[in-house]
This record gives sequence, C-alpha cells and structure tokens, in this order.
Amino acid sequence: MDYDTIAAISTPVGEGAISIVRLSGPDAISAADRLFQGSKSLSEVHSHTIHYGKIVDPQEGQSVEEVMVSVMRKPKTFTREDVVEINCHGGLTSVHRVLELVLDQNVRLAEPGEFTKRAFLNGRIDLSQAEAVMDLIRAKTDQAMNVAMSQMEGKLSILIRKLRDRLLEILAAVEVNIDYPEYDDAEVMTNNILHEKASEVRQQIDRILSTARQGKILREGLSTVIVGRPNVGKSSLLNQLVHESKAIVTNVPGTTRDVIEEYVNVRGVPLKLIDTAGIRETDDIVEKIGVTRSKELLQSAELILLLVNGNEKLTDEDRRLFQLIGKTPAIILLNKADLPLEASIDEVAQLAGERPVLKTSMINEKGLDELEKAIASLFFSQDVSTGAEAYVSNTRHIALLKQARSAINDALEAADQGLPVDMTQIDIKRTWDLLGEIVGDTVSDRLINELFSKFCLGK
Amino acid sequence: MNRKEGLEMKSYNAGTYDVIVVGAGHAGVEAGLAAARMGAKTLMLTISLEGVAFMPCNPSVGGPAKGVVVREIDALGGEMGHNIDKTYIQMRMLNTRKGPAVRALRAQADKQLYQRAMKETIEETENLTLRQGMVDHLIVEEGVCKGVVVATGAAYYAKSVVLTTGVYLKGKIIIGELQYESGPNNMQASVKLSDHLKALGFDLVRFKTGTPPRVNGRTVDYSKTEIQPGDDAPLAFSYDTKEFIKDQIPCWLTYTNLETHKIIQENLDRSPIFSGAIVGTGPRYCPSIETKIVRFNDKNRHQLFLEPEGKATKEVYVDGLSTSMPEEVQRKMLATIPGLEHAEMMRPGYAIEYDAVVPTQLWPSLETKKISGLFTAGQINGTSGYEEAAGQGLMGGINAARKALGKEPLILDRSEAYIGVLIDDLVTKGTKEPYRLLTSRAEYRLLLRHDNADLRLTEIGHQIGLIPDERYERFLAKKHLIEQERQYFAVTTIKPSESVDALMKSKDAALLREPMKAEQLLKRPELSYQDVASLLPEHGSIPVEVGEQVEIQVKYEGYINKQLQQVEKMKRMEKKKIPQDLDYSKIDGIATEARQKLTDVRPISVGQASRVSGVNPSDIAILLVYLEEGKLARRTG
Ligand SMILES: Cc1cc2nc3c(=O)[nH]c(=O)nc-3n(C[C@H](O)[C@H](O)[C@H](O)COP(=O)(O)OP(=O)(O)OC[C@H]3O[C@@H](n4cnc5c(N)ncnc54)[C@H](O)[C@@H]3O)c2cc1C
Ligand SMILES: Nc1nc2c(ncn2[C@@H]2O[C@H](COP(=O)(O)OP(=O)(O)OP(=O)(O)O)[C@@H](O)[C@H]2O)c(=O)[nH]1
Ligand SMILES: [Mg+2]
Repeated sequence: MDYDTIAAISTPVGEGAISIVRLSGPDAISAADRLFQGSKSLSEVHSHTIHYGKIVDPQEGQSVEEVMVSVMRKPKTFTREDVVEINCHGGLTSVHRVLELVLDQNVRLAEPGEFTKRAFLNGRIDLSQAEAVMDLIRAKTDQAMNVAMSQMEGKLSILIRKLRDRLLEILAAVEVNIDYPEYDDAEVMTNNILHEKASEVRQQIDRILSTARQGKILREGLSTVIVGRPNVGKSSLLNQLVHESKAIVTNVPGTTRDVIEEYVNVRGVPLKLIDTAGIRETDDIVEKIGVTRSKELLQSAELILLLVNGNEKLTDEDRRLFQLIGKTPAIILLNKADLPLEASIDEVAQLAGERPVLKTSMINEKGLDELEKAIASLFFSQDVSTGAEAYVSNTRHIALLKQARSAINDALEAADQGLPVDMTQIDIKRTWDLLGEIVGDTVSDRLINELFSKFCLGK
Repeated sequence: MNRKEGLEMKSYNAGTYDVIVVGAGHAGVEAGLAAARMGAKTLMLTISLEGVAFMPCNPSVGGPAKGVVVREIDALGGEMGHNIDKTYIQMRMLNTRKGPAVRALRAQADKQLYQRAMKETIEETENLTLRQGMVDHLIVEEGVCKGVVVATGAAYYAKSVVLTTGVYLKGKIIIGELQYESGPNNMQASVKLSDHLKALGFDLVRFKTGTPPRVNGRTVDYSKTEIQPGDDAPLAFSYDTKEFIKDQIPCWLTYTNLETHKIIQENLDRSPIFSGAIVGTGPRYCPSIETKIVRFNDKNRHQLFLEPEGKATKEVYVDGLSTSMPEEVQRKMLATIPGLEHAEMMRPGYAIEYDAVVPTQLWPSLETKKISGLFTAGQINGTSGYEEAAGQGLMGGINAARKALGKEPLILDRSEAYIGVLIDDLVTKGTKEPYRLLTSRAEYRLLLRHDNADLRLTEIGHQIGLIPDERYERFLAKKHLIEQERQYFAVTTIKPSESVDALMKSKDAALLREPMKAEQLLKRPELSYQDVASLLPEHGSIPVEVGEQVEIQVKYEGYINKQLQQVEKMKRMEKKKIPQDLDYSKIDGIATEARQKLTDVRPISVGQASRVSGVNPSDIAILLVYLEEGKLARRTG
C-alpha cells in the first residue's frame, strides 16, 4: 500500500499557468529520468536542484512538453521520500499527458491526500496536522465515492464488467483443471485457447482506452477559447451559442475585460466556452491584464474560435493572432458577414491553412449551424461513434486500464513462450483484479463461486 | 451415558497437564503430537479409541492444495505425511502436465492401517497420554480456560485446551426418512459440549456434509470400468520417507447414467435435502449426487471412482455418489451403474449435520478471543477435509503448547503456507459453508508449491522444536546444494557444438548461435534441468530434488519475482500491528460497516484488517493515520 511510487497533479486544476506533476517514492527519480531529456540525467544531479529539459514519450520518441524538473532526495522532503516535481507550462492537456506518461513507468496514481498521509506516516508533520490529514482523506474519499457511484451506473462499468466476466470464464476454466484434474467435463485450456481469448480482451481494453480523450472532454468540457481583436463580435458569439445574454455586448472596443466562462452542449459535445478580452496593444491597465490573460488561455485551449471582422481590412493584430493559435485545433470565423466584405478572403484562407473558415453574422444568426457542425466533426473526427459508446475519463481509471493492458500483454507473451497455463493464468488474474479496481469490485470469492456454479465438481 | 435420575455426578481431580487436546481426529492427533513433542505434558481425550485418525469419508489424502498442506505439515514437524507414507495403497502425482505451482500428490489410504499406525505413534510418544473420555464441559474462570470435565466425572486441569471435536458436536445422521443423533459412522455424538459452548457465549453455525455408500469389492464387475493405476515413480509426502510401497492397488472409473438419474428424480420427494429435513449448509464442492442431478440436469452422466478402502478389506468407496437418499433408493441407484449391477451394499451413504464455531471468534493463533487459553482447530472451525483439519490441528497444538510454555504464538502468513491462507481466511472472513482449500484461494500460489514446502517451513519447524537437528542438518545441506548449483548455472557458459546441436534438435528447440549461460538455456521451455546439465562437465552428483529446485527457480524466475514483490508489500502491512484493545468507535471517519466488521474481527495487523470484507482502502488509510497518531501521542506525551 505504501512505499510504492506515487504521482499526481499537485496544483489545483486550472489555477495559474503552471501545473506540477509530483512524484514521491523510491522510484520517483528513475521514473522521471526515463521520460526526461536534458543536459544531465536526473539520477546524477544534486538534491534540491532544478533542471530544464523536455518530457519525451519514450515509445513514440516525441517531445510532449518543455519542463522544469526539481529533484529532491530523501529525507529532506515533504514526504521524507525521494520527490520529483515536473513543472509544466502548457495547458491541462499536456499536464495530463505528462502524468499519463509518468503512470506508465510503474508509478501509481496517488490516492486523495496520499502525499500528506505519507508525510505524516514518515513523521514529517506533527500531531496537530494529523486531524487535517484525516479530514482531507475523508473529504476526498467522499468525493471519490460520489464519482465512483455515478461511474458505477455508467456505461463504462457495464463494459468493464462484461470484460471481467469474460476473464472470469477463462480463469474458472483454468482453475477447474487445476483443482479438479480428473474432472472430465471442462474444456482443457491450452495456451492457444488462452492466447485467443486474451487477445480479444486486449482488443477490448484498447478500444476503451482509445476513448480516453473523448471521455475526459465529456467530463470537463472541451476548453474552447473565443479570441479576436476588440469589437469583432466575440461576446455576441458566446451569447448566441448559449442562447442567452451572458456577456455584455457594446460597440465600444474593449468591453470585455475579464474572462467569461460558460458551459454549453453543442451537438453532444460539451464546451467550456471562454470569452476573452479582445487582444490588442493597450495602455489601459485593466484591459492590459485582461489581454495577458487571454494570451495565457490560448495556450491551454483545446479548441480556438478565432473571429475576424469581415467588414474591416485585416490588421497586423489579426495576423499575429493566427500565429498565436499554434497547433491547437481552430475554426476561423469571418464575422459581420451581413456587412460589406472588406477583408481579403484570400489572405484569410492562406492564414487559415487547413483550418475551416466560416462566414458568420451574429446579427442575422448566419453560419451558426455550420459552426456547430464543424465543432462536432472536429471532436468526433477519430472514428469513434457517439451515444452508445462508453468513455473512460478518470485518470485513475486510465492508469488502471493501462496496467491491465500491460498485464494482459504479459499473459499473451507467456502463452507465446509456451509457459504452463497456470503461469499465464497469473497475468490473466492480475488483469481481472485491475479491472475490478475500476468498478470497485475486489471481492475474491467471485472466482470460487464461478467455479462451483459452472462446473459440477466434487466427490 | 445416561445417568440415573437425581444422582449428582461426582467430579474428581484427575490430573494436571500443560495442554489438553479434546478429540483424536486428524486435527486432534496433530495437536497432541506437536504439543507433546514440544515438551508440553499433554493429554488427548477422545470419545472412542476406535476413532483415532478415522477417515469417515473418502480413503484418500492429498490432492491439489491439500497435498501441499500435507507437505507443509511435514516440513513443520507434523505427522500426517509420515503416516500416509506408511499406509498408502496407491500414490499419484497430479497436474504433471501443468506448472510446478499446481502439482500435487494424492494417496489412496488403507483406512484401518492409517488409524492403527497413527494410534501407535501416539502411544509411543513421550509426554503424551491418550485416553477415552467424553468431554462435557470446560472449566472456565474469569474468562480463562483452566481445564475440562469428562462425563465420568474426571476433571483435568491445564494451561491450555484445544478443542478438535470435528463432526461430532450435536451430530445428526440423516438417511432418507431416518434421522438420529450420532457422530460420523454411528459414533456417539457430543451433545453437552455444544450446549456448553453456546452457554459460554460462542456463536455456532450448523453445517452438513455427506458420504456415499460402500460396496463389497468381491461383487463388483471391474471389467465394465476403467482402471486408474498409481504412479510407478517413488513418491512420498514426507521429506523423511525413504521406503516406498511397491504393490499398489488401482482405483476404477465408472459413470452414472440416465437410468440412475431417473431413479433419483423420481424419488426427490424422499430426499432430505429437497424436503427441507436438512437445515445445515452443505459444501458446494462436495455436493450429493441428488444435488448434482438437480443443479446440472443437462449432464447425462457423472464420474464415479471406485476406491478400495484398504488391503485387508473388500470395502469399496463409491466416490462421487455421496447421498442421503433412503437406503432403498440407494440400492436401486447402485444397480444401474456399470460394474455395480450386482454389487452388495455394505453401508449406506448418509448426510450428517453438526455444529461449528464461527471462526471469526478466533485470533490467528486459533485461540478464542472470548476465553483465554482455549483453542479450537479442525472441522469445529467450519472447515472440511482431513488435511485442512490436520493443518489447523498442528497450529493449534503448537500455539497451545507455546502458550503453556509462555511463548508468543506462531502465525504463518499467506505467503508462507497454504496453512496460513486457510487460517487467515477463516479468522478474517469467516465462512458461510464448510470451507475447503483450493489453489485459487492462494494469491501467491506460485510460491506455495508442493516442491518447496521444506524450503519454506523447515527453518520454522526447527526453531519451534518440532524438526530434529539431524533432519535440519540434512535440510541445510540440500539448501546449500541448491544455491551452489544455481550459482554454477549462472556462471557456466555453454558453447555451440555438435552435441549441443543434437540435443536441441531432439528437443525441437532453436539451435544455439553463440555461447550462452547455462541459466539462460534452462529458461527455454523445451529444456529441462537434466537436458542442460547433460551439456555441462560432471560436477558431483546432484540429487533429483536439487535439480528440480534449480529448474523451477530459474525457469519461473520472472513470475516468482513478481510475486515476491507483492509479498514484500503485503508483509509491510502485516508488520503494522493493531493493539488488541483498539476502540474502533473512537476513530472518526471509518465507515459504519467497516467499523462494525473491524470490531467483530479485531484484526491483529493492518494487513489482516485490509482483508476483512466490507473494509475499504480509505478505512485502512484512516486506521493507519490513527495508529500513527497514537504512537506520536505516546512519544510526545
Ligand atoms: C460423513 C462425512 C462425510 C465427509 N465428507 C467429506 C468430504 O467429502 N470431503 C472432505 O474433505 N471432508 C469430508 N468430511 C470431513 C472430514 O472427515 C473432516 O473434515 C475431518 O475428519 C475433520 O477432522 P477433525 O479432526 O476436525 O474432526 P474429526 O475427524 O471429526 O474428529 C473429531 C474427534 O473429536 C472427538 N470428540 C468429539 N467430541 C468430543 C468430546 N466431547 N469429547 C472428547 N472427544 C470428542 C471425536 O472422538 C474425534 O476423535 C466428511 C466427514 C463425514 C463425517
Ligand atoms: N453588423 C454586425 N454587427 C455585429 C456582429 N457581431 C457583433 N456585432 C456588433 O459589434 C459590436 C461589438 O460586439 P461584441 O460582441 O461586444 O464584440 P467583442 O469582440 O466582444 O468586443 P470586446 O469585448 O470589446 O473585445 C456590437 O455593437 C455588436 O452588436 C455581426 O455579425 N454583424
Ligand atoms: Mg466582448
């Protein structure tokens, strides 16, 4: 339970531009080191030092995030264990990506309050703080319970349960041959049969894992940032999409000075819509803060709606905005289409590149249908069907599914190598247990029950 | 044992012992022998001396999981392995085509010989007194057990008492419409003791089991059955055994058929199981034939093994035909079975109901929580099976003796022995039906192998004084040889050559391209220790069992290490002890259900607590914090 290496995102989600993935435990440094590319290996650096580098996906070899990594060796750390903190600058998505990579390194997702718990158990914090730890564990588990409950009813758990039932059948078939070697009525499990069945299970796990991104979005909303120069109609767009007057609309440029967030469901895609202050050079202090904030938000956006005023010539500020978008998926709206077209449509198309360009009018409510369609098709672009599909969204579940996948891979490998079926069984059992943790079913009697309900055993 | 009305039974002081064992079944004999061998002055009381180590059901010892238990008993210095090795009529190794983790020995026993040999061993053991006597109640003063009182009035005193009363507590035999109070095989039932335990405040449950009819082998037509011979190889349960029984006796396989099933179906209204006459819960793994036919009515036949009960008897046990149908129906059933058409039934099958103690009332030492100095072991704790009983009996005896001698209890954990799994399951989770060991109950199955029971437990057996020095030396020598040979395999290189190629070809294995360590080569599934060793220069004679260890340890190293890692984690939690007087109601934040369960079970460690059903990881986290907090308070306060 304790003393394995744990990790979690340790800054409250969404606050501040920097998020930290924190690791604690005996393998913290080696795990981080496997992902880190910098001038030095993390295992060689001094304690309590910070290092610049990249987090690289070891499988695909591609760089995921630029980071600052602090390495703190035990015992002078918060938990009195080796601690590594990976400071990520990017948005939520890339932090999650970093965490997922960390969790692939035989590191377990920390339970709520677990860092504090370790700190306490290792004698790092004192008695008066103990109560607070208890509260923390309690509060967080209550929350976790609620989430678990709602997930229990969800499609995911149905899917996982089905998968577990399949595994249970395999397990029972192997067990019956072991505990009742003379019983002649059960199919004798060979490595071939095991391999076939295990492959099916792996495919299923892969399928569920492929829904991970959609799942997270469904839970948190696709973070969608509306940007554009002042007065191009950003707030009007927000109001149109939420069908309500949420943001103040005036003909004074620079009306919106702070960020406005609204949740809306567009054709099955939940959006966290963020209206921003129009981006321009300004001397107004308040507006300036708003502009800086808008730029930060752009970094963490998962979808950008960039508005250009079609009734005016393109400005340098417009052009700079196109650059700010970077690689984030975006839709370009040429707004105020009810007024004469002044902007160069060729230049807009060229700046937009692959990204869709739509002509819209917030006054005439034109182009909004097309916009909704474009959003939906962007989201569902991976050939994942809607509706009936279950989504895995919780990072803990994703981590467990990945472990399950690696366990079933071990089983496949064992079967390939021709190890005895009762060895292969060990990995299959582990897969079953890991999936059980997702649906909160860790009762160990199930296998024995299956054995006796399925086969007519005994003397 | 009816007394004349109105006459008060006079009790007399009949002596003082360190340990008293009540019962001489498979649990009792291990308990008594262990206690006496550890130097405790021990008394063993049993209803009838004819019932010592009696097998009321199938004449067989071992099988998957159970066979490993027998080896564990042997490695700890118990008797079952020795005794069966002296008295088997057939011995087989099971699961030979599977991995080493699930291999197991099973022997067919000569029932009477088994009893006689065990009784003789007991009689010859110093410090041990075997006596006939029905224990009616315990002497309990202020929550401490001080002794027992026998129906004859004899009061015996002791520092610890082990109850191993098996299937006898309020035993009731049921055959069709016939019901009567009885222990197994028409032995006298133990009635007063059961009531007494209830009066002392113990929770009891009512369980049930059953046995098939026996037939006269002279009247069986074996030509209509399939022969099931024993193995020729010299096999033994005990690591001590050097002599092997030669002339083995085969078993025979036959089947029920639709005709048999029809007879049962037609008479279901007379079946005590379906009529409601039986209230006790039966084991799912030993269903009666009538239960099988009702629950699996798509099966056209069921296997029946004809097992001889010994060399000096013609009685044959019809394995698979356990039943409590009326005698008349049983005879009709038998007549439908190929080979048994003309078989004479010698004893009818029967069901038996009995009381058992709810085992969550025990500490992992098998001492009861309610009454200090009182231990229970065997079927009385809700298990079923000779090996399960013997394993508990051994532990109960060891801990009763240790208590009497003022020592800490010995508790085996789940990674050390099936016996540890068994007892931990019982005292942590309890059981809703007669409990039987299965390999799937052990999460570290790969570590709990038949072949390494000595490596796991001899050290402990020696420490507690049950393994003699001479045997211990032998064990150390073997252990040393294994390590040496492993080392040799790790450093010795095999180069490609003609003889290597020839071997690889004969084994359908890939040819060797470049030099390779012997160890690496042994990891190939096609190759055995013998194969690889044959390529190495002669390096002294290596006993078969040493080669076997090297092979298993090398071949399955990856899996073994994986399990060892899990074990390490588990052990850390086992080491975190919980004070016996912990008041769970004082711990904020533990869920109500978990609090209730923990209060009932009173786990001794955080590890045990985490296995109590209904206790969640968050409860454990809170418990951990609470325990640390207490430590801190003591340190600072
Ligand atoms: C009909 C029947 C069918 C069975 N079928 C199976 C089966 O199919 N599979 C299986 O695994 N197991 C089966 N068993 C169970 C198996 O026989 C037991 O699990 C095992 O024998 C239990 O051992 P034990 O030492 O706990 O108790 P027992 O062997 O029952 O021994 C109890 C001992 O306690 C003594 N005793 C009891 N009360 C007193 C008292 N008050 N005073 C003094 N002495 C007392 C008795 O004399 C006896 O010596 C069956 C048992 C029976 C009776
Ligand atoms: N004709 C026309 N006017 C529009 C359209 N969309 C917005 N407007 C007008 O443009 C003005 C600015 O609209 P807002 O929605 O406040 O623009 P904004 O981008 O949020 O502006 P700031 O918050 O100041 O950056 C308002 O007077 C709107 O009515 C459109 O499609 N056509
Ligand atoms: Mg605005």
